[in-house]
Amino acid sequence: TMPFRHKNTRRIEGLDSNVWVEFTKVAADPSIVNLGQGLPDISPPSYVKEELAKVAAVDRLNQYTRGFGHPSLVKALSQVYEKVCGRKIDPLTDILVTVGAYGSLFSTIQALIEEGDEVIIIEPFYDCYEPMVKMAGAKPVFIPLRFKNDGNSASSADWVLDPVELANKFNSKTKAIILNTPHNPIGKVFTREELQVIADLCIKHDTLCISDEVYEWLVYKGNKHIKIATLPGMWERTVTIGSAGKTYSVTGWKLGWSIGPEYLIKHLQVVHQNTLYTCPTPLQEALAQAFWIDYRRMDDPDCYFYSLSRELESKRDRMAQLLREAGLKPVIPDGGYFMIVDVSTLNVDLSDVDEKQPYDYKFVKWMIASKKLSAIPLSAFCGPETKKEFEKYIRFCFIKKDSTLDAAEVILKNWNKQTG
Amino acid sequence: MLRRAGPSLCHFLLERNSGAGRSSCSREAKMSRPVQARRLEGIDKNIWVEFVKLAATYSKVNLGQGFPDFPAPDFLTEALSRALGGGNHMLHQYTRAFGHPPLVKVLAQFFEKLLGRDLDPMTNVMVTVGAYQALFCCFQALVDEGDEVIIIEPFFDCYEPMVKMAGGTPVFVPLRPNPPKDGKLMSSADWQLDAAELASKFSERTKAIVLNSPNNPLGKVFSRGELGLIAELCVKHDVLCISDEVYEWLVYDGKQHIRIASLEGMWERTVIIGSAGKTFSATGWKVGWVVGPDRLLKHLRTVHQNSVYHCATIAQEAVAQGFQRELMLYGKPESYFVQLPKELQQKRDWLVQSLDGVGMKPIIPEGTYFLVADISQFKSDVPDVPDSDEPYDYRFTKWMVKNKGLAAIPLSAFYSEAHKNNYTNFIRFCFAKEEATLKAANDILQKWKQEKTSS
Repeated sequence: TMPFRHKNTRRIEGLDSNVWVEFTKVAADPSIVNLGQGLPDISPPSYVKEELAKVAAVDRLNQYTRGFGHPSLVKALSQVYEKVCGRKIDPLTDILVTVGAYGSLFSTIQALIEEGDEVIIIEPFYDCYEPMVKMAGAKPVFIPLRFKNDGNSASSADWVLDPVELANKFNSKTKAIILNTPHNPIGKVFTREELQVIADLCIKHDTLCISDEVYEWLVYKGNKHIKIATLPGMWERTVTIGSAGKTYSVTGWKLGWSIGPEYLIKHLQVVHQNTLYTCPTPLQEALAQAFWIDYRRMDDPDCYFYSLSRELESKRDRMAQLLREAGLKPVIPDGGYFMIVDVSTLNVDLSDVDEKQPYDYKFVKWMIASKKLSAIPLSAFCGPETKKEFEKYIRFCFIKKDSTLDAAEVILKNWNKQTG
Repeated sequence: MLRRAGPSLCHFLLERNSGAGRSSCSREAKMSRPVQARRLEGIDKNIWVEFVKLAATYSKVNLGQGFPDFPAPDFLTEALSRALGGGNHMLHQYTRAFGHPPLVKVLAQFFEKLLGRDLDPMTNVMVTVGAYQALFCCFQALVDEGDEVIIIEPFFDCYEPMVKMAGGTPVFVPLRPNPPKDGKLMSSADWQLDAAELASKFSERTKAIVLNSPNNPLGKVFSRGELGLIAELCVKHDVLCISDEVYEWLVYDGKQHIRIASLEGMWERTVIIGSAGKTFSATGWKVGWVVGPDRLLKHLRTVHQNSVYHCATIAQEAVAQGFQRELMLYGKPESYFVQLPKELQQKRDWLVQSLDGVGMKPIIPEGTYFLVADISQFKSDVPDVPDSDEPYDYRFTKWMVKNKGLAAIPLSAFYSEAHKNNYTNFIRFCFAKEEATLKAANDILQKWKQEKTSS
């Protein structure tokens, strides 16, 4: 018999491993307090669940809907975002509904990025940006956020880009920069001034901006989420990505959207019609109904977009307190539902662990095994050059119900009492 | 080197300057290349975008796009309601990326029976966003630039653009009609591959062949002999088989759907694609799957984890329960897989009679819920236009939906660009419709026929 000649295509060479596949397996044990993967264990709001239950009874909603997005959903999205952006958004041409924000990232990158292009990625980054850029045949160009702090209690705002360093990353091959604000994993909410630096470079070099804003509603007191697409000269070069999973705490619904000018979105639509064609109808209808409910109260503090953020702020503060009590120095996030912490201060010696993995990978595995607490190693979120800088950090997710945080509290309070 | 056509970012900024305030296109910007990637070249047109819009605007009776207008079975919608009412709110969160465990487990159990081999739910099964995304994963994982992929015409239209997007070259081979000598209505079985012609399409660049059985749009159910022919060539040339079997349960007249993966030498080179949408009459749920050997599926997993990553949890949960029910009732009269084809066969026969009664000549499908009819005896209202850039059947179906309110799809839509004018007198109807819909279609056709004979 001939040797089997069918291997993977070039486009996916080296893209088979994935931090989530590795760590969700390790943390699947129910006795482990899971603050790793970013999924809520709190319930979605009841009206969201009710809308889906109502939809289940409507026959025609079990069949195909419009490919680029269910009409009532794109209408609702256009209304919500018109209000936020202060500009007209055409539901049929300026919006694409995708399978999660993940699907939007994929559609955008496949539509607009190719071999010969460079794409600037800010480290640390949500891990899929790099493989998606590579799968499109392009070259990722990394630039790290750097910690600039005078020794005060660390905040995500202390992690900043060096404008000169950033400017040097742009050249004639730069097709796009991927922006993530509020930022995963650090929780940074880019300020208007910081966004303007990026915008100026995009305009000067005529590049696109792929703006991942899935945590757009999760900003804490004293901070404001600003959409880079609303800065002058940016609407026409920006694709803004959002997520139902993060907006409504329904990560398992896997609905997201891309919003931007028709001349960019039409290419994403071509990718979509050649990859999965339509997204599930019943989930889109239920999401549309949920959006109408919150659209009507967007000027009201009870709107879920704001109430979730308030709920999470107290969880954030509690998480920070628990980590401090264990002798750690958390970086307080201004947005999102993740918190990073430098664990090198604990001086856990893992040099005898015979693996070529970075320190944080080893630390998290050790922590899962000996403390029954899971997190995600930060070096999963950076390029090869900066692994040494980020390998002392781990990321905790705090969109967790009280009993989960209670269990984490027990572990963290007893941390120093147990021998490693 | 040719400059690609298409608008550049800079070009668009200059056009849209009015909205931006200050001039935002710097003369120093060296980039003035097209904004879209080359992989989109030639794949932007899509028949459904146009015809779905036409049907939405004009049709009173829609036998065009392939979806049922009767409800999904109660046991499926009840499974969704149960999942929602069950109080497990974690069903609203991410599940396992490669497939919700209850679903991949029951799919493995099911297909073990059907294929007669052991299957590991974790490595031999993957869940996708509809069969459409399964197809996408296959091409992206296995087709590289320069690879040839054999596509049998007529074909479900997405195969061609997907092969192109993967940088592959589609190579077409037609099913050819061999009408029965006795003047009876044709069957989809009468459309056949020429063995020598098929063999000639295999070259050293051939990576895969796409098989769709039961076939959309013709309804052909490939026989064991026909599959054997394809299998032999696959084995001889070490070619993969992407086997789109979404209509696997919809076979009529006691025919049997044979899975090519069960033929000698085929399991290790075949990816089988299935669809909950077609299996359970719930096309809007977009749950599909692939079944195959780990050494092929592992590459599909890589594509999946870098494109959509997870599929919706709750839909998978409900589909899993649907399959549990079918596993228990397999082969029994109450099985949905027994009842649905029985019902659809009646509808098929009804539509066949209806079309034959007015002079459209239906090709009786052995499977699927599609039927193709020859309209060459019925075309007087829509004259031939010799230099039209549209094939006749496109013009006929557009005229028909606008003037008669009856939507159907031109068969040329299922042919490559080069062969669009080979079969221009055929249109495709979907008969997965309520009795009332089929009756209404008949009324339109009867009235139309009367108008023609009286004028």
